[in-house]
Amino acid sequence: MTESPMRDDKPSQPAVTDAFDPDGHSKATHRRDVANKGDLILDVKDLSVNFWVNNGWFTAAHGLTYQLRAGDVLAIVGESGSGKTQSSMALVGLLPPNGRTSGSAKLGDTELVGLKGSRLRSIRGRQIAVIFQEPMTALNPLYTVGFQIMETLRTHFIMSPSEAKRQALELMRLVEIPEPESRFDAYPHQLSGGQRQRIMIAQALSCEPKLLIADEPTTALDVTVQAEILKLMRQLRRRVNAGIILITHDMGVVADMADHIIVMKDGKVVESGTAAQIFGDPQHPYTKQLLAAVPHLGSMSEHAENPKTLVSVNGRPVPLTPPADPSVPPALLLEDVAIDYPKQGRRPVFRAAEHINLRIDPGEVVGLVGESGSGKTTIGRAAVALLRVAEGRITVAGHDITGMKNRDLLPFRKDVGIVFQDPGSSLNPRLPVGESIGEPLLLHHALRGAELSKRVEALLDSVELPRSMRNRYPHELSGGQRQRIGVARALALQPKLLIADEPTSALDVSVQARVLKLFQDLQQEYGFACLFISHDLAVVEMLSKRIAVMSHGHLVEVGDTADIVTNPQDDYTRRLLAAVPVPDPEEQRKRRELRDAIIGDLVS
Amino acid sequence: MSNDNVTPQHGRDERMDDLDESRGQGDTRDAATSGSLDAFENLERDEGAFGRGEGVGESIETEGLSQGRIVLQRFVRHRGAVFGMIMFGLTAILSFSAMGVGPIPGWWPHDVSTPYNIAIPGGEPTMHMPTWLGGSGWTGLGPFPFGQDLIGQDNFAQVMKGIQTSIMVMFVIVIVAMLFGVLIGSLSGYYRGRLDNLLMRFTDLVITLPLIVIGAVLGKMVGTIPFKFNWSQGTVAAIQQWMPVELALVLGLVLWPGLARLTRSEFLRLREYEFVDSARVAGASDRRIMFKHILPNAMGVVIVNVTLLMSASVVLEAALSYLGFGIRPPNVSLGLLISQNQAAFNTRPWLFWWPGLFIIILALSVNFIGDGLRDAFDPRTKRIPSQRAMDKAAARANAQTRAQAPSNSPGGAQ
Repeated sequence: MTESPMRDDKPSQPAVTDAFDPDGHSKATHRRDVANKGDLILDVKDLSVNFWVNNGWFTAAHGLTYQLRAGDVLAIVGESGSGKTQSSMALVGLLPPNGRTSGSAKLGDTELVGLKGSRLRSIRGRQIAVIFQEPMTALNPLYTVGFQIMETLRTHFIMSPSEAKRQALELMRLVEIPEPESRFDAYPHQLSGGQRQRIMIAQALSCEPKLLIADEPTTALDVTVQAEILKLMRQLRRRVNAGIILITHDMGVVADMADHIIVMKDGKVVESGTAAQIFGDPQHPYTKQLLAAVPHLGSMSEHAENPKTLVSVNGRPVPLTPPADPSVPPALLLEDVAIDYPKQGRRPVFRAAEHINLRIDPGEVVGLVGESGSGKTTIGRAAVALLRVAEGRITVAGHDITGMKNRDLLPFRKDVGIVFQDPGSSLNPRLPVGESIGEPLLLHHALRGAELSKRVEALLDSVELPRSMRNRYPHELSGGQRQRIGVARALALQPKLLIADEPTSALDVSVQARVLKLFQDLQQEYGFACLFISHDLAVVEMLSKRIAVMSHGHLVEVGDTADIVTNPQDDYTRRLLAAVPVPDPEEQRKRRELRDAIIGDLVS
Repeated sequence: MSNDNVTPQHGRDERMDDLDESRGQGDTRDAATSGSLDAFENLERDEGAFGRGEGVGESIETEGLSQGRIVLQRFVRHRGAVFGMIMFGLTAILSFSAMGVGPIPGWWPHDVSTPYNIAIPGGEPTMHMPTWLGGSGWTGLGPFPFGQDLIGQDNFAQVMKGIQTSIMVMFVIVIVAMLFGVLIGSLSGYYRGRLDNLLMRFTDLVITLPLIVIGAVLGKMVGTIPFKFNWSQGTVAAIQQWMPVELALVLGLVLWPGLARLTRSEFLRLREYEFVDSARVAGASDRRIMFKHILPNAMGVVIVNVTLLMSASVVLEAALSYLGFGIRPPNVSLGLLISQNQAAFNTRPWLFWWPGLFIIILALSVNFIGDGLRDAFDPRTKRIPSQRAMDKAAARANAQTRAQAPSNSPGGAQ
C-alpha cells in the first residue's frame, strides 16, 4: 500500500495517519491514486472563457496555457475583471449558464473541458477542491461544520458515520481548529472568520484532492487572520501533495507562497515565471504596477529610538494626548468615552468601546487600527452621531454632541463627513450619483438647479472623475469609482472632520493605491482633520501623522506614526505589524520568522 | 479654517469663493508621509499598467441605463408579461369604448337594463363561432353577439359593463391597500420598537376580519342605514349607484396587511444599508430618508405584490358578488351576472360562459404582468440564452477571429 502523504512529514501524529488509512474500505483503491511530488497533474492549453452578454461573446479569459506539478503552488495574479477566477472555475465546471469554455485542460488523463454529469461530479471535491473567498457564504448556515466536512467524505467514499466523524475530527486538527470535538457541532455563524476559513480548507482537503484551487482565500479576512491562514497553507503545502492554484490580486499574499506566478490582465496572460523572476525583475508595466500598489510598511518612517507613545499599563486607559496648541479647539475630542450596543431581545447590552481618550487636532490625520470586532468602526460612527455614547464626552469641532437629539444635530452635520467601507451599499442605487453628491448641499444650503450642478461638477473634478458621470447610477460604476463618489459626497460641505471607515478594504490593491493617493491629495488641498480607520497598518502609515491602536474595545497604544511603526511598545501592536504582508519573498520570510517568534514569546 | 461661516444666507458667489479659497490654502503637512506613492504615480502615466476593472462583462449590458430602464427592458423581454399586457389593454379598451365612461356614450347601441325584442328564439347569440372553432360559421357580430336573457336584456352590454366594474373595483382596492399598506409598513419598519409593535398588532387584528362577513354586513348596512336616519331619496340613490366603489374601499381597507408586512420587512432590511446612514450624516430628515431613499428601493417588491393583489381582487369581487354580498343590481359585475344566470346554465349557457371567460382573462393577464414584473425587478433572474443562439454566435465569433488574426476582447471599454 502506498504511504499516505501525511505519514511522510508528520510521523509524530499517528492519529492523522490512521485517518487516512484506507484499510477495510471497498473504495480503498481510490485512495492510492495520489500524485507524487513533481508529477504533472494539470496541463492547460489555450484555455478560453467567454460569456454571452447582450447578444455577443465577451472574452473573460483568452489563450491560457500553463502546467502544474504536484506539490507546486501556482499563483494567478490580476485585478478584478482580469479573468483569473473565471478561468479557474471553468476547470471545475462552475461557470454560470451563459459561460463557455474552449481549449483544453487535462487533469492527469481526464479532459476537463466539456466534462458533464456524474463524471464531473466524481472529480469535483474528490480530485479538485475549491477554497472560496467568503467562508460565511460558502458554508451552509443550516448545518454544523462537522456535518459539512463529513458530507464531502461520505459523498466520495463508502464510510460509516462514526468513521467519517473520526476523519473529520482529524482534519479539523490538521487545520489547527482549537478543541475540534466541541467545534464539530458548531454552526458556521458561531465561528470566527478565520476559523470558518479553516473549516473550508479542511473540507477541501478531506478527499486529498490532486488539485486545490484557492480563490482569494484571505481577501475577506483581517491582516492578522490572513497571516494565520497563509501560515497554515504553507504548512499544508509541505504535508499534502496537491498542486495548488492560488488566485489573488495581492502581490503581498503571493510573496512567500508561490513557486510560479502568472499575471493576468484583461483576460490575457501578460507575464509568467518563477516567483523570483516576477518579484526580482518584473517586465510588464502591469506587474510593476501591482507590485507598487502594495503598501510597504515602514518605507516612509525613520527608525525612532525613543518612542513617545502612550500605552495602557495595568488596565489603566491610555491618557489623552496633550494639545499642541490649547487655544485651538480640537477637531475631535473623545474623553473617557464608552459606547454600548443596546439590548436586543435576549441579547444583553454589549459594550463595544470603553475608556476611549483621543484627540484629533484640526488638519491632522489620525489612523485608528485594530482587528475586526475591536470597536474601531463604533468609534467612527459615534463621531458622526450615528451612535450615542453611554459615558464620557464627545466634542466635534467645538460642538458637544454628547446626548444631543437628532433634530438639534443639523448644524453639527455640516462639519463632519464620513466615507463608508462598502462603496456598493453606501450609495442609494436608485439615485444618479450626481444627486447623491449634491444631497448634503441641497439639505444644508438649499442649493438647487444650476448652482447645485456647478458645485457637483467641481466636486467630481476634485475626485478626478469625468463630469458626465453625474448622471450615472451606482451599479454602472466600478468599486473604485464608487468610492471616489463616496469621498466627493463626504467632502461636499467641506467638513472640518472626515471619518474614513476602511474606505479601501473592499477594493483591489491597485485601486486602493489610487484611491489612497487621491485621498492624500484631497487632504492636503482641503486641510480637513481625519480619523482614518483601517485594519491594515501599512495603509494607515501612508496617510496619518499619528496612529491609535485598538483591541477589544480599548485603545492600547497611541503615538506618532514613526514610533508606532518602527518601535511599538504594546504586544498587540507588534503582532499587527508583523502580520502585514510585503511583496518581496526574502523580506517576507524574515518577517514571518519574526512573527512566529513574537507569538512564541506570548505563548511561553 | 475659512469655511466657518458658510451658512445658507450667504450668496452663491461667496460660497464658490470659499470653495476656491479653502482648496488653495490647504494644510502644509510634512512631506515625509507623501513619499511612497510616488513610484506608483510614475506608473500611472503608462496605459498598459492598468486593467479594465471589475464587472466589465456585466456592465456592458447596463451601460447608460437607469434602474427603471433596466426593469423595463427585462419586462419587455418577458413574453408572458407582454401577452398579459396586450390582453388586458384590449379587454379594457373594448369594454370602456363599447359602453362609454360616465356621461360619454359608447359605440354599442344597447344599454344594460332595457329588455329588447328577442332576435333569435331562445335568446341565442347572434355571433357565431367560425367553423374552425366548431361553430356554424362567422357571420358578423349581429345585434346581440353574446345572446339575451329571458326578458331580452343584452348580454354583451351587461358583460362589458361588468368588466368596467371589475377593473374599477380592482384599481380602487389596490390604491387603498397600497396607501395603507405602504404607509403602515414603512412607519413600523423604519421606527421599529414600540410603534412597530403597536402597528403590527393592529395589522394582526385586521387580518382576522373575515372578508365575506364584512361584505355581508356592508350590504345589509347599505340597505338599512338610509332608512334609519331618514336620508333623502337622492342620497339613497347615490349610495346605491356608488355601491361598487364603496365595496372596493372597504375591501381595500381589509386587504392592506399583506402589503404592510412586506413593506415592513423591506424597510427593516434596507434601513441597515450604509446609504441610509450616509443620508443621515448628510442631514436628511426621517421623512426624507423614508420616502426618498428607502421607499424607491422597496418599490420593486411593492409593485409586484400589488399586481398579484389586483388579480386576486378581481376574483374576490366576483366571488363576493356571486354569493350576493358584493355588488347588487342595478349595478352590474361579472360575478353578479354569473350568480343571476346560474339557473339558466342548461338552457342559456352563454349567459354563464361569457362573464366567466372575462373573469379568467382579467385575472390571468394581470397575473402574467405581475409575474413579468417580479422577474424584471429581481436582479438575480438572469436571462439565459438558448443553446442555439450561443452556438450561432460562437460560429460567428470564430469566423471573425480567423478573419482578423489575434482579436481584442469585444468589450474592453473603460
